[in-house]
Amino acid sequence: MKKNDKLVIGGHEFTSRFILGSGKYNLKLIKAAVENAGAQIITLALRRANTESEENILDFIPDNITLLPNTSGARNAEEAVRIAKLAREMGCGDFIKIEIIHDSKYLLPDNHETVKATEILAKQGFIVMPYMYPDLNTARELVDAGAAAVMPLAAPIGSNKGLATKEFIKILIEEIDLPIIVDAGIGRPSQACEVMEMGAAAVMANTAIATAKDIPLMAEAFGRAVEVGRMAYLAGLGQIRDTASASSPLTGFLQ
Amino acid sequence: MSTHINESILSEEIKQDMKKGRTNHMEYMEGMEILSDSNLMEQVLSAVKHYNYNQYTKKDVRHALDKESRGQKEFSALLSPAADDFLEEMAEKATLETRKHFGNSVYLFTPLYISNYCENYCVYCGFNCHNKIKRAKLNAEGIEQEMAVIAKTGLEEILLLTGESRKMSDIGYIGEACKIARKYFKMIGLEIYPINSDEYAYLHQCGADYVTVFQETYNADKYETLHLSGHKRIFPYRFYAQERALRGGMRGVAFAALLGLDDFRKDAFATGMHAYLLQRKYPHAEISFSCPRLRPIVNNDKINPMNVHERQLLQVMTAYRLFMPFAGMTISTRERAGFRDHVIGMAATKISAGVSTGIGSHTEDENRGDNQFEIADGRDVNQVVAAIRERGLQPVMNDYVFV
Repeated sequence: MKKNDKLVIGGHEFTSRFILGSGKYNLKLIKAAVENAGAQIITLALRRANTESEENILDFIPDNITLLPNTSGARNAEEAVRIAKLAREMGCGDFIKIEIIHDSKYLLPDNHETVKATEILAKQGFIVMPYMYPDLNTARELVDAGAAAVMPLAAPIGSNKGLATKEFIKILIEEIDLPIIVDAGIGRPSQACEVMEMGAAAVMANTAIATAKDIPLMAEAFGRAVEVGRMAYLAGLGQIRDTASASSPLTGFLQ
Repeated sequence: MSTHINESILSEEIKQDMKKGRTNHMEYMEGMEILSDSNLMEQVLSAVKHYNYNQYTKKDVRHALDKESRGQKEFSALLSPAADDFLEEMAEKATLETRKHFGNSVYLFTPLYISNYCENYCVYCGFNCHNKIKRAKLNAEGIEQEMAVIAKTGLEEILLLTGESRKMSDIGYIGEACKIARKYFKMIGLEIYPINSDEYAYLHQCGADYVTVFQETYNADKYETLHLSGHKRIFPYRFYAQERALRGGMRGVAFAALLGLDDFRKDAFATGMHAYLLQRKYPHAEISFSCPRLRPIVNNDKINPMNVHERQLLQVMTAYRLFMPFAGMTISTRERAGFRDHVIGMAATKISAGVSTGIGSHTEDENRGDNQFEIADGRDVNQVVAAIRERGLQPVMNDYVFV
């Protein structure tokens, strides 16, 4: 892997491009999953950390890992803003993944409210990473609103259906200058790899790992798949240059 | 109309009262809010009317099981007698769905009965106003004491219950209880008499976010014979409680029929359709099911062939799960520990622990008020937590933030 290949979000640099989710599996496995995946960022639902019990998810996340609290439970921009502030008060840092969901069946994000929340939170100094349905117009609005990355879904959360929105994610990768982090619906390491080959900046996965028989092993598989996909993406660019210079130019006859 | 109410549970007095003339149960009483722009009840009752579970064959069940997303037709087949042969497969598929949507989390809570005064005359209920039981109501201090004791067990979700008496447990009283609960718990649910949407809005402001109302039975004719007097007698007002709660700003609503009061297949079907249609209308609503049943009496099958045994109960629970995989499901303490421990992670997502259905029973040796029903699983929080872990699942005290 190229040494200087860094993922930069809101001025923070990361060498890993795999973001791990922490929901739906035993807290005791989080550390092993993080380590095996080589992840440097982990998402957590703020509402899960909202507990007095001895088993607070925050205590199970290794100290050197960047927390990416999400606003799950928010049904509109106002609620997302309140949850984000609560996350900051609880010591989760300035990163915030906006999740605004107004649909309990498919858990699809509400793009309109997401743009509103992004604008408010970016102004308040949060590093805002909005989860969204891959729509180019919304993505542009998110850029203008001050997002630090854009997180389009590949398929509905938890569905493990893979790259259902592939063509639209490609458009975002082409047109949006912020990191495009593909989130939700990725069911297998091969799909994570594919999305990285396409040029996504990073991949986030949770359910695919949480529902595996061996969670730390699946975390490792994802971590490697993301790395391999990135490598192929970087290598691919080089290859195109090689082919171009090796062939005889068609326009060589011009005087 | 089928009438397989188990007469052995009825006293002579009730049997006499059931013969007397009664008011129209479909007509709203004064002060009851009418959602004139909603026809949800007509939709559900019409679907139930046309639900003939005997028409479904094994082929229909096979088809329902093989489908990726399931609607009314598939749900109908899964609740039919033909699906009984597929129960093992239903359990397997339900387990996968539960895991996909809830991972290995199992949520814990406990109910707290703050008052057992009741103005209704429901022939099957221990709290009904003609039963000579010890009545009691906790005052603010009593509520706080009970909550402090419960909170010490580590629980962070509480379900506040009252008997159905507006007089003895008015909205102001319940609101105060919610405010006290906010000090001790992260999440507050209500299981109280149905109220108007502005009253739900007030209780939401006080900290409650979830409302449970059992319709008991969706057969309005049967309903009428079981609820002889009191505001509960008004079938449509009860039916629209969840919709009013959502309009009042509540985040989630729970549904149930008391299986065994009437034809359980039809009642389970109606419960599912009620929840399904309401979620389509209010897509943000968090939906949940409860699955209470009247226990069959041993050797009573000949008299009452529609008894709900554990096998039938599990069919209903797994059918709910396959129909609405994202819905929460609570398993009652009416069921024995062995049953409860196996259905969590399979269909149920929430389990109560440290339950007492009496008034003031968490702090006093002897209850001030009598119990609503006998529970079959008296395990405390630590025991239930251990049982959850034993099954490779994860006990979760809270996954919610009040905003």
